[in-house]
Amino acid sequence: MEILMSIVVGVLFMSAVYLILSKSLLRVIIGTGLLSHGAHLLVLTMSGLKTGDAPVLMDGVSSYTDPLPQALVLTAIVISFGVTAFFLVLAYRAYQELGTDNMEEMKGNDSND
Amino acid sequence: MINLPLLPILIPLLSAVLLMFFPKRIKAQRVISLIAIAGTIIAAIVLAAEVKANGIQTVNLGSWPAPYGIPLVSDMLSVLLVLTSSILTFFVVWYAMIYMDESYERFFFYIGVMFLLTGINGAFTTGDIFNLFVFFEVFLIASYLLIVLGGKGAQLRESIKYLLINVISSALFVTAVAYLYSVVGTLNMADVSQRIDELGSPGIITVIAIFFLIVFGLKGAIFPLYFWLPGSYSAPPIPILALFGALLTKVGVYSIMRTYTLFFYHDQGYTHEILAVLALLSIVVGVVGAIAYRDVKTIIIYNIVIAVGVILYGVAAMTPAALEGAVFYLLHDMVIKAALFLLVGIMMAITGASHLNQMGGMIRDYPRIGWTYFVAALALAGIPPLSGFVGKLLIVQGGFETGDMIGPLLILISSLLVLYSAMKIFMNGFWGTPKEYHGAKAHLANRLWIPAAGLVLIAIVYGVGSEAVYPFIQMAVEPLIDPAIYIEAVLKE
Repeated sequence: MEILMSIVVGVLFMSAVYLILSKSLLRVIIGTGLLSHGAHLLVLTMSGLKTGDAPVLMDGVSSYTDPLPQALVLTAIVISFGVTAFFLVLAYRAYQELGTDNMEEMKGNDSND
Repeated sequence: MINLPLLPILIPLLSAVLLMFFPKRIKAQRVISLIAIAGTIIAAIVLAAEVKANGIQTVNLGSWPAPYGIPLVSDMLSVLLVLTSSILTFFVVWYAMIYMDESYERFFFYIGVMFLLTGINGAFTTGDIFNLFVFFEVFLIASYLLIVLGGKGAQLRESIKYLLINVISSALFVTAVAYLYSVVGTLNMADVSQRIDELGSPGIITVIAIFFLIVFGLKGAIFPLYFWLPGSYSAPPIPILALFGALLTKVGVYSIMRTYTLFFYHDQGYTHEILAVLALLSIVVGVVGAIAYRDVKTIIIYNIVIAVGVILYGVAAMTPAALEGAVFYLLHDMVIKAALFLLVGIMMAITGASHLNQMGGMIRDYPRIGWTYFVAALALAGIPPLSGFVGKLLIVQGGFETGDMIGPLLILISSLLVLYSAMKIFMNGFWGTPKEYHGAKAHLANRLWIPAAGLVLIAIVYGVGSEAVYPFIQMAVEPLIDPAIYIEAVLKE
C-alpha cells in the first residue's frame, strides 16, 4: 500500500510541476492545488498507513494507528484551501486589471504596465 | 506567571479580531492597534526579564506533557526577536498612520499588520516544527493581503509571483516535515533534536537538512532563492515594505538558525559548508545588485540579501563568537533596515519618485532627514560606535577562528561596498544640485521624520550600549551552542 501511495504522490508532484510551469494562470493554480495534495498524501504515507486499530481509547486495544499525521493533514488542508481561494480571487482581479492570464505577459517591470 | 510566553501572540491576535468588527472607523483602528502593539512590547519586556531571571520559559498548550502537546518555548533568542519585531511594528504603524492614504487604511491595513505580528511572534516562540509551519502560514496570508493592498496592476502582477513562490515553499515545508516525522516520529523540536542524536545521524538527516534549507532559504532569500525578492518587495507602499524587509526574511533566517543548531549539528562538514558557501554567494549577489541599481528602494532591498548572507555566515561558522555576532547582527539589521526603508520613503514622499536621477540637493530644505539618513547609512555598514559594528566584528572573528580566510575577508570588503551603496543615495539624493520635486506628500516629511528618527535612535543606543546588551546575547546563544539546555528546558527531565 505504501508503494502505491508513493507512486500516487510522485504522479501528483509531477503533474503539479508540469502545470506550474505552464503559461495559463489557471493551470498554475490547479498545479499548486495538486502540489499541496501530493504533500498531504506524503504526510499520511510517511508515518505508515493503517497499522492498528482506530486511535480511540478502548479496553483491549494495544496497537493504534498514529493519529498525529491525520491532525497535521487536516491543518494543512485547511490552510491550502484558504490560500487557493485567495489565489483564485487574486488571479481574477489580476485578469481584470492586467487584461491577461498569461504568465509570459506578466513579466517585465513598471515601464510596460 | 506561567502563560507569559503566550501574551505576545495573543495580544495582537485578539486585537486583530476586535478590529475586524469596525474596519471603516479609521481613528479607532489606529488607536487600538497602537495600544495593542504597546501592550505586546510591554509583555515582551516582562517576558525578557523573566527569561533573564529564571531561564527558558515554556508553556504546554492544553497541559499536555512535553513530547505530546504543542509547546511554546521562549528562550532568550526568541524573546529578543519578539521584542525587536514588536518595537519595529510600533514605529512602522506610527509612520503608516501619517503616510498611508485613507483608502489603504480602510482596506484592513491595521488588521493585516496585527495578524502579521501574530504570525511572526508565534513563529519565533513555537517549539513544534509543524506549529512553525502554521505560524508561517499565518503571517504569509497576512502578507498576501498587505502586498496586494491598493490593487494596482504592478502590485497584482508581483503578488501573483510572491504568492506562487510561497505556496510552493509551503508545500515543500509540509513535505520536509513529513520526511522528518517518518524518520524521528515526533514534531516537538527538543524531542526531534534528542531523537536525531540517538539515531546517530544517518544520511537521510542530511537530506532533510538540505530540504529545510531550501524551504527557509526561500523565505529568507539566500543566494539562488532570492530571485523573487527584488520584484515582489518593490510593489507595496513603503510602510508595508519596511515591515516585510525588516521582519519576513528574518523569520526564515531565524528558522535556519534554530534548525541548524538544534537538529542538524552532527554532520556539519556537509550542511554547514553548503550554508556558508550560499551565504557568501548571497553577499556577492546582494552587493552587485546594491551597486548596480540607482533606484533607492531597490538598493535597500538588495541590502537585505547582503545582511541575510552575513548573518547566515555567522550561523554556518558555529563558533560561540560567530553565533553571538549573528544574533547581534540579526537584531541590528531588523532595526536599521526598517529605519532605512522609512527614511527612503520620506525621500520618495518629497520627490514623488524613487530613482536617484530625479533627486538631488534635498539637504538644503530637509537637513534633519539628510543627517538622520547619514547616521543610518553609517550604522548599516557597521561604522564603530554604531550598531552594526559589534555583530560584524564577532562574525568575522568567528570566521577566522574556523580557519576560513575567504569568508571574513569577503564580509569586510562587502561592508565597504554596502557603505558605498548607501552613501550613493546620500550623495545623489541629499547633495548635488536641487531639482524640482513633485511629491504629493512633501508636506508630511517632517512628521514622517519622527518615527524614522526614533528607529535610528534605537539603533544608536543598541550600538553604543552593546556592552549592556551583551549578557542578553550571550544568554541567547547558550542554547544554540549546547542544545541540551534547550532540550532540558522543554522536556524537563
